[in-house]
Amino acid sequence: MNDDKLILGGKAFSSRFILGSGKYSLSLIEAAVRDAGAEIITLAVRRANTKEHENILDYIPENITLLPNTSGARTAEEAVRIARLARELGCGDFVKVEIMRDSKYLLPDNNETVKATEILAKEGFVVLPYMYPDLYAARDLVNAGAAAVMPLASPIGSNKGLATKEFIQILIDEIDLPVIVDAGIGRPSQACEAMEMGAAAIMANTALATAGDLPLMAAAFKAAIEAGRKAYLAKPGRVLTRGASASDPLTGFLHN
Amino acid sequence: MENSFFVDSEKLSPAAREKKHRLENDPSFRTDHMEYMDGMEIIRSDICEKVMSQVRNYDYKQYTARDVLAALRHETCSVEDFKALLSPAAEPYLEQMAHRAKAETGKHFGNTVYLFTPLYIANYCENYCVYCGFNCYNDIRRMKLTMEQIDHEMKIIADSGMEEILILTGESRVKSSVEYIGEACKLARKYFRMVGLEIYPVNTDEYRYLHECGADYVTVFQETYDSDKYETLHLMGHKRVWPYRFDAQERALMGGMRGVAFSALLGLSDFRKDALASAMHVYYLQRKYPHAEMSLSCPRLRPIINNDKINPLDVHETQLCQVLCAYRIFLPFVGITVSSRESESFRNGIVKIAATKVSAGVSTGIGDHESKYTGKESDSAEGDEQFEINDDRSFDKMYRDMSQEGLQPVLNDYLYV
Repeated sequence: MNDDKLILGGKAFSSRFILGSGKYSLSLIEAAVRDAGAEIITLAVRRANTKEHENILDYIPENITLLPNTSGARTAEEAVRIARLARELGCGDFVKVEIMRDSKYLLPDNNETVKATEILAKEGFVVLPYMYPDLYAARDLVNAGAAAVMPLASPIGSNKGLATKEFIQILIDEIDLPVIVDAGIGRPSQACEAMEMGAAAIMANTALATAGDLPLMAAAFKAAIEAGRKAYLAKPGRVLTRGASASDPLTGFLHN
Repeated sequence: MENSFFVDSEKLSPAAREKKHRLENDPSFRTDHMEYMDGMEIIRSDICEKVMSQVRNYDYKQYTARDVLAALRHETCSVEDFKALLSPAAEPYLEQMAHRAKAETGKHFGNTVYLFTPLYIANYCENYCVYCGFNCYNDIRRMKLTMEQIDHEMKIIADSGMEEILILTGESRVKSSVEYIGEACKLARKYFRMVGLEIYPVNTDEYRYLHECGADYVTVFQETYDSDKYETLHLMGHKRVWPYRFDAQERALMGGMRGVAFSALLGLSDFRKDALASAMHVYYLQRKYPHAEMSLSCPRLRPIINNDKINPLDVHETQLCQVLCAYRIFLPFVGITVSSRESESFRNGIVKIAATKVSAGVSTGIGDHESKYTGKESDSAEGDEQFEINDDRSFDKMYRDMSQEGLQPVLNDYLYV
């Protein structure tokens, strides 16, 4: 198990929990690092674009890998500009591409995301694109040079869990990059389920931020993600969807 | 009870006084408020018809407690549900509405509250809007800041810690030209991360120019969506043209602005219908421009210089709270701004339920930030205020108070790209 690392952009991570950027506070970051074991923390460049009061950059411990995101971008061009700004701000080479042209549901635009990924990957960024779980788009992202794909489980902030489960499973089966499930994971059990399916990591924010006891929920996510990962590596036993299975093989006569 | 708005200044010439009285008393003396004036761009849009057909058919008396409870049970609030939540039948369920609204606000905005401040750079106005302190017949000290004065004001505001500014003018193209406002936006970009505008409505190409100057958010209040009532309140000037004002947000989005803000001035007409119209205006424009950011405000009538009797009639704090909860439940993703027209206690309460943005360190006068922020006697002239504010908390005080309420004050969540 100790050798089981998440590799992103040539960097190895022991933790498979990534903190998202939606609802920030100092206590959330503390709990994510201390209790959930997060080694990667997302930050919205637009929120870091502040002068003095409460700059979230000041909250983030030094040994943590920053994952700046391009939230606020409505086109590939805007996302590229925000990514470059993040690099200038000293946030490193990781970038989570988020492009939304919908202010109501905040659903990602896969077409623009592919375009931005291609440009940024060529510029040496480690690009983690947030996407709607569509197989064609995922393949295009692979070809564009993405370091992982990040399909959404359900609408962002909704805590509704794996609404897109079947489609995420297709990506896990068909895409050779880490599949990081992002957005909509509301409970540790849902995170565990995604990990059992073969997801490489889980990104969450609201699930922790809106919990009654933040550190306790962070610890629950850590345990759930680890359990799901172990189960995946252990290769789960079969699950019957209907009926029972005869213990005498039907083709037994062939061997008589 | 209606407000009595008409006040005659002793300084008016006999001719001006006579014209004012004719405007007030003789509807045939007034221009057609549905007719565009020269230079006003007409866009092809179906938004107005969609919004107004909802409002025309809205009979809020027909809704019952059963409709309200059903609305609160539904996971997604339909237009019909929203109409029930705005109705008098919903008033006894305000506490339940507040709980639902709080949950929706939390889902979309967490526990954040955004802070901003307005900066009035000129108070000249060519309109006679009877309830407004800036109206052209009101005897107030008029002023327009020079670029040096604007720079000075902005520096004082920026030094206080504020990162978002809303630039306002009176509605006078002659005194406050689009170019003048554009230059102010360029200055503002030096000091602030986010620059919004609340100025007279302009054409699409002018919004594009202002966007290029650095502005990215446009606020236009329709005042009242009841065009017949509007006609009796906006007696003269460009602002009298109701449909040109209605389409302002759409022109702003066509001109490339990131976001737009809406409101009726509650207390001018039937507030439930005006609240419905404001929200439907957001709803339909959001469907047409899904990338745009939208926000709602909820100003109520306030006293002005030379008329301290003006009040918001039947829109008490309870009704305002109901409107805001209904907005939040129907449009969970939109920003809601509550201005310093409202009291400290109301604002402290409503930010925990539905509001996402409050102003602080507010002056609605011209060129008086130095005296207001530092207490230093100003050696230059100051222009009078548009209306009396209620909550006069400074930026620092508001920041502390919001933190103490358990909220996280946010000064900027925005990039100009």
